Amino acid sequence: MPVSIRDIPREEYLVSGHRLCPGCGAGIIMRHLVKAAGKNTIMVVATGCLEVSTTYYPHTAWKIPWIHVAFENAASAASGIEAAIKALKRKGIIDPKKDIKVIAVGGDGGTFDIGFQALSGMLERGHDVLYLVYDNEAYMNTGIQRSGSTPLGAWTTTTPIGKKWRLGEWRPKYRKEMLFVAMAHNIPYYATVNPAYITDMYNKFKKALSIKGPKLIHAFSPCIPGWRMREDLTIQVGRMAVLTGVWVNLEYENGVVRVTTPVPKRKPVKEYLKLQGRFRHLTDEDIALIQKAVDEYVARINKIVGKEVIGPVES
Amino acid sequence: MSSSKMPGWKSLPIGAAIINPPTSLEYKTGTWRTFRPVIDQEKCVRCRLCWAYCPDGAVMELEKEYVTKSGRKYSITYEINYEYCKGCGVCARECPVKAITMVEEGG
Amino acid sequence: MGKMVGLNGNYAIAYAVKAVGPDVIAAYPITPQTAIVEKLAEFVAQGELDAEYIHVESEHSAMSAIVGAAAAGARVFTATSSQGLGLMYEILFIASSLRLPAVMGLVTRAYSAPINIWCDHGDFMSAADTGWIQYMSTSNQEAYDAIIMAYRVSEDPRVLLPAMVSIDGFIQSHTVEPVKLEDDEEVRKFVPRRPREIRLDPDKPMTLGALGDPNWYYEFKMQQQVAMEESRRVFDEVASEFAKKFGRSYGAIDTFMTEDAEAIIVTMGSTAGTFRVAVEKIRKEGAKVGLITIKLYRPFPRDDIVKILSNAKVVGIAERDLFFGAAYPGYLFNDVATSLYLANVRTKLAGFIFGLGGRALRFSEAYEITKKVWSFAKGEAEIPKKPIFVGVRE
Repeated sequence: MPVSIRDIPREEYLVSGHRLCPGCGAGIIMRHLVKAAGKNTIMVVATGCLEVSTTYYPHTAWKIPWIHVAFENAASAASGIEAAIKALKRKGIIDPKKDIKVIAVGGDGGTFDIGFQALSGMLERGHDVLYLVYDNEAYMNTGIQRSGSTPLGAWTTTTPIGKKWRLGEWRPKYRKEMLFVAMAHNIPYYATVNPAYITDMYNKFKKALSIKGPKLIHAFSPCIPGWRMREDLTIQVGRMAVLTGVWVNLEYENGVVRVTTPVPKRKPVKEYLKLQGRFRHLTDEDIALIQKAVDEYVARINKIVGKEVIGPVES
Repeated sequence: MSSSKMPGWKSLPIGAAIINPPTSLEYKTGTWRTFRPVIDQEKCVRCRLCWAYCPDGAVMELEKEYVTKSGRKYSITYEINYEYCKGCGVCARECPVKAITMVEEGG
Repeated sequence: MGKMVGLNGNYAIAYAVKAVGPDVIAAYPITPQTAIVEKLAEFVAQGELDAEYIHVESEHSAMSAIVGAAAAGARVFTATSSQGLGLMYEILFIASSLRLPAVMGLVTRAYSAPINIWCDHGDFMSAADTGWIQYMSTSNQEAYDAIIMAYRVSEDPRVLLPAMVSIDGFIQSHTVEPVKLEDDEEVRKFVPRRPREIRLDPDKPMTLGALGDPNWYYEFKMQQQVAMEESRRVFDEVASEFAKKFGRSYGAIDTFMTEDAEAIIVTMGSTAGTFRVAVEKIRKEGAKVGLITIKLYRPFPRDDIVKILSNAKVVGIAERDLFFGAAYPGYLFNDVATSLYLANVRTKLAGFIFGLGGRALRFSEAYEITKKVWSFAKGEAEIPKKPIFVGVRE
């Protein structure tokens, strides 16, 4: 049963005093993720911004049991925790009636790249774990390096703009698409979320946590320093990503893909790009190419859904 | 720069476990701020968006009654927790009724 | 009551693990260890062992799953060899630093390249600085017993460090020996579950694996060092209790004919048996030779060996690893030399490196090594400053 913004619990499980940057998208996503999960939750977080910023010894911002092991293994550590809970419940060491959620979180580097194998293993084996990737589209904790999720045309410190590099010559145009990764693993639930659409996000967290088995959520996570943008634009850039079709809020359940935020008329991709300094170098020609890539991506999603849920660019 | 007043290995819980969470409340991120959000309680319509969008959980939702000059009565009041608010300004930008303004610190 | 059965080393480890009863096993195949996880899978499949068996997709994930499960309060097991241990390497440090009890079976195998599946101790030695307790057995019975003792030591609140128990690849892992299996019930009484204070529990939340800056990191390393040292005392207690209960007694080292020995061989692993026969033979020829076999490698039993070696004239350290570029290219040599130096004992040292990549050490070679050390003791030959590489073609 979907809830409204009024129904999100007041109780915080990720409290203030963490050291995420002002305006950080991950801070918003995580607050709501753990609100949705509640007290009986064990959190596993991969090395990254979220990890170093929220657990700087002796300060932790987490009220729930929490562990960080390494960069590439949040999914495998979570597999071990879930297995331990199962075994200890069976042996009566943990109350068998107690419902303990296991959530694993990684950034795009820890998920698309270095942790991809561990994620695949966790999804394939069917562990009852919710894995969330907060995707800020580069290695932000080490200072903005290109990842498998960095979009076409984005500046990073390892994709600098030069005589030969300008529009992502370092890769074919499409980044790894997690929807298809989820489909390939036949998992019961996959969703994309965007903090600009808070109730859509919260409801997907709730739904994912109510389903047994492996769940994957891909979260759009604006990064102020990495995207070279104003601190107060986090939500605006998230909204614009959806309105331009750069990001599609959707869910995949029982083999069906459903778009949860239809966009009858898209805005030109320029409206999204111009908010961020990482795209500042792009020429009108470059932007036209990016627009074409977005059009193709939208067409692909519409085809999967079977109708035009994301419309054409408004003229 | 380890100080001798800090606890040593004999008294610290093993394995760097933090056994009394959450402890981050001791770390006041409000000192990072250069602009401070100020809520105009008269304009605020209690939509909850600033509370939901704050990355720091620094918008407090209080069971505190407020009656506007025009006589509208609210049972909830939103206030900024300046101990932790980093001043990003997301709340001010997203407020649908422009009830939040960013004021320069020390200005 | 227990029963005598014929078991290879891999199965001896699997039976010991079943007896102790872990909650979570993370398994990935690698030669020559594979039969351990195969046997454990069989136990789980048949309902003889109540454990969650995670078919991880790599050894890195095996160790990561073990860390997660142990942090959640489970008793855990995994096994590996060579490249698999290398892939786990990063997480070995994290397991010991988070102070998680765990037991691993390590079936020794040479590191690539060239790729080689046969025995040497390069893998075991490469983990010597990871904060794990390390035990190297010399027989399949000992491997069975060591796994049981390792759980007791690892889970002791004074220790809380992971432990690895090794057997030699193929030489032990695939060789059948008589092994006395104890009743599982008795084994479990010997290794009772202990409540864990540090664990992931929603009723008593805590944060594990936080970032430790220069103000804090060092203190936790100090705690680990103290626990590692303390584990030796606990090992002795556990071994003596084990001897009382099951009638087989083990020390951190094993000595053979060392009482009046002037020349002593120090070695590790299955080859100890070959040296034992060589020592016996040379003794009959009138030479005062003896043998020390190191069982507990970490923490290193320095006082034990100093006591024995201080009366000898020459020590011959025969080891199955190569420590490239070190002051002396043998791990064991460095440990023995440091132990003696710290005790102001100036017994002379001769080093031998043998058996890399599974090359067998023939009896004649063990005999020659022992004879050579005896000739050094008599002053008949100069001790070389570099190791003698036994059995390598020029």
